[in-house]
Amino acid sequence: MSNLSIPKTYKLFIGGKFPRTESGRILEIRGAKGAFLANASRASRKDFRNAVVVSRKAAGAWAKSTAYLKGQILYRIAEVLAGRSSQFEAELTAQGSSNAEADVAGAIALLVHYAGWSDKYQALFSSVNPVASPHFNFSVPEPTGVVSTVAPADGSLTGLVSVMAPVLVGGNSQVILTSGKILSAISFAEVLATSDVPAGVVNILTGMRDELVPEFAKHMDVNALLLCSDDDAEKKAVELEAAENLKRVSLQADKALSPSPYHILDFQEIKTTWHPVGV
Amino acid sequence: MLLKEGAIRFPVVSNEVFPFPTRRDSPVIDQVGVEERAQRFCARSLKKETKVTALKLAVTMLDVTTLEGADSVGKVRQMCQKAMRPLPGDPSVGPAAAVCVYPRMVGTAVKAVQGSPVQVAAVATQFPSGQMRLKERLDEVRYAVGEGADEIDMVISRGQFLQGEYRAIYDEVAACKEACGKAHLKVILETGELTTYDNVRYASDMAMAAGADFIKTSTGKVPIAATLPVTLVMLQAIEDFYERTGRMVGMKPAGGISNAKLALQYLVMVREVLGAKWLTNQWFRFGASSLTNDLLMQIRKQETGRYQSGDYFTQD
Repeated sequence: MSNLSIPKTYKLFIGGKFPRTESGRILEIRGAKGAFLANASRASRKDFRNAVVVSRKAAGAWAKSTAYLKGQILYRIAEVLAGRSSQFEAELTAQGSSNAEADVAGAIALLVHYAGWSDKYQALFSSVNPVASPHFNFSVPEPTGVVSTVAPADGSLTGLVSVMAPVLVGGNSQVILTSGKILSAISFAEVLATSDVPAGVVNILTGMRDELVPEFAKHMDVNALLLCSDDDAEKKAVELEAAENLKRVSLQADKALSPSPYHILDFQEIKTTWHPVGV
Repeated sequence: MLLKEGAIRFPVVSNEVFPFPTRRDSPVIDQVGVEERAQRFCARSLKKETKVTALKLAVTMLDVTTLEGADSVGKVRQMCQKAMRPLPGDPSVGPAAAVCVYPRMVGTAVKAVQGSPVQVAAVATQFPSGQMRLKERLDEVRYAVGEGADEIDMVISRGQFLQGEYRAIYDEVAACKEACGKAHLKVILETGELTTYDNVRYASDMAMAAGADFIKTSTGKVPIAATLPVTLVMLQAIEDFYERTGRMVGMKPAGGISNAKLALQYLVMVREVLGAKWLTNQWFRFGASSLTNDLLMQIRKQETGRYQSGDYFTQD
């Protein structure tokens, strides 16, 4: 065992890599009692832009991959996370969490929950529609595309996973913003990087909400937005900006989302097909 | 050939040919120095107003290109529309300098851009490999010119160059220049296959001496296309040639320039090496296909403050 203490620099997670922010700015992360914990990157608008570019590139292949593969990969994330749970518990505790163990266990449970949904939500949300013409008419959900996600501000691992997993299992690629207590978010990115999640499908930025949330709503190449917030002014501003390219907007309370297949449905487009029926 | 309304006004085509330069006439290139200097052009800070001006300038310098086996009449027409009016609804953007097509598509392109200042460039001389007898390659040039091409992009025989048959390269460029008549000749060196900066510099010197109106980096068909350092070497060759002979030669980097940021770095380099005189589409061009939309997206971004999506721009 080494006695060297090596403080970690927490970087961003973009396109399967861990780059520093292009702006060179940092956030000082302090523990519950004010002790210095680590330096983390303070993402800029440009980092977000870069993340959207790789996200867009990754979106097509991920949307096309089989439900079976998506389920396997979500389950794999849970496996890798379980193997590193002590690290997460230590980080969460250092940031002031009083129930770190339950938090990590909850995150793992959520991943397994959504892994199970991977090949079932389509059946639940599809329909065969009665029409008054000789057509076989059916509707099926398809992934929306690139989603920008603002994770709950409490810094819990469950909160982060509860917004990431439904978007991921639905076949979307995403850029997630975490702010405040962010150590476990970047450590979670290390889990994603070793869980066969294709590069660029999930990107995690750490930064300031005031600075980045408007950009999340403005970007024309983002198809949907998930915002966890209790600030009515922020929600309204986001909805106004998102209207420019008709982003699908899901506004949620600023806490972990409870597990539900309807969170998957929030980021699906319904495609209806009219198929002529032969005589 | 009548000059089109508002077309780029080239000086009277110079048929001046300079004697064959030997290898010793070309300076040896300091690889480390060139690469470091090229890197420094990437660190210039461009303020918003300059950026918008430069982006719009870059659009007017585009040779909008399609060189695929799958090119059809419809695709070429569509591309010509895009070259003439890159951003429908904003006439301050564009038009592009030229469209660049295979000889068979020249007739289509000429018809499509009629009445606009957009030029028609054709690749010829057995593009992209150049592996054919000179006679047939010259016939191809004459065919393209006969179809109405304003500019000819020829390739040199890299194989012969690498074998040391330098005079053959000089002769083929001179012969092409003659076959071009009033059309402008761009000489593609295919720098990715010339392997060293010394070769690039010598090939540039030779092409210019033999009468090239433009020198161009690449065909876009080999993995290593235009890079900043290789373009810098060619720009320096142009500068030296201009100082020695008083004749201006144009530069066209092509292939691999796919985003606006990189295009602006090229413009910075041209400005700092050759000066503002070269910053027009008469003397500098970008050969690109995917660069157009990125430039347009950046222009819209500067106007609206929103990062743009490919969904809202025409795919040519």
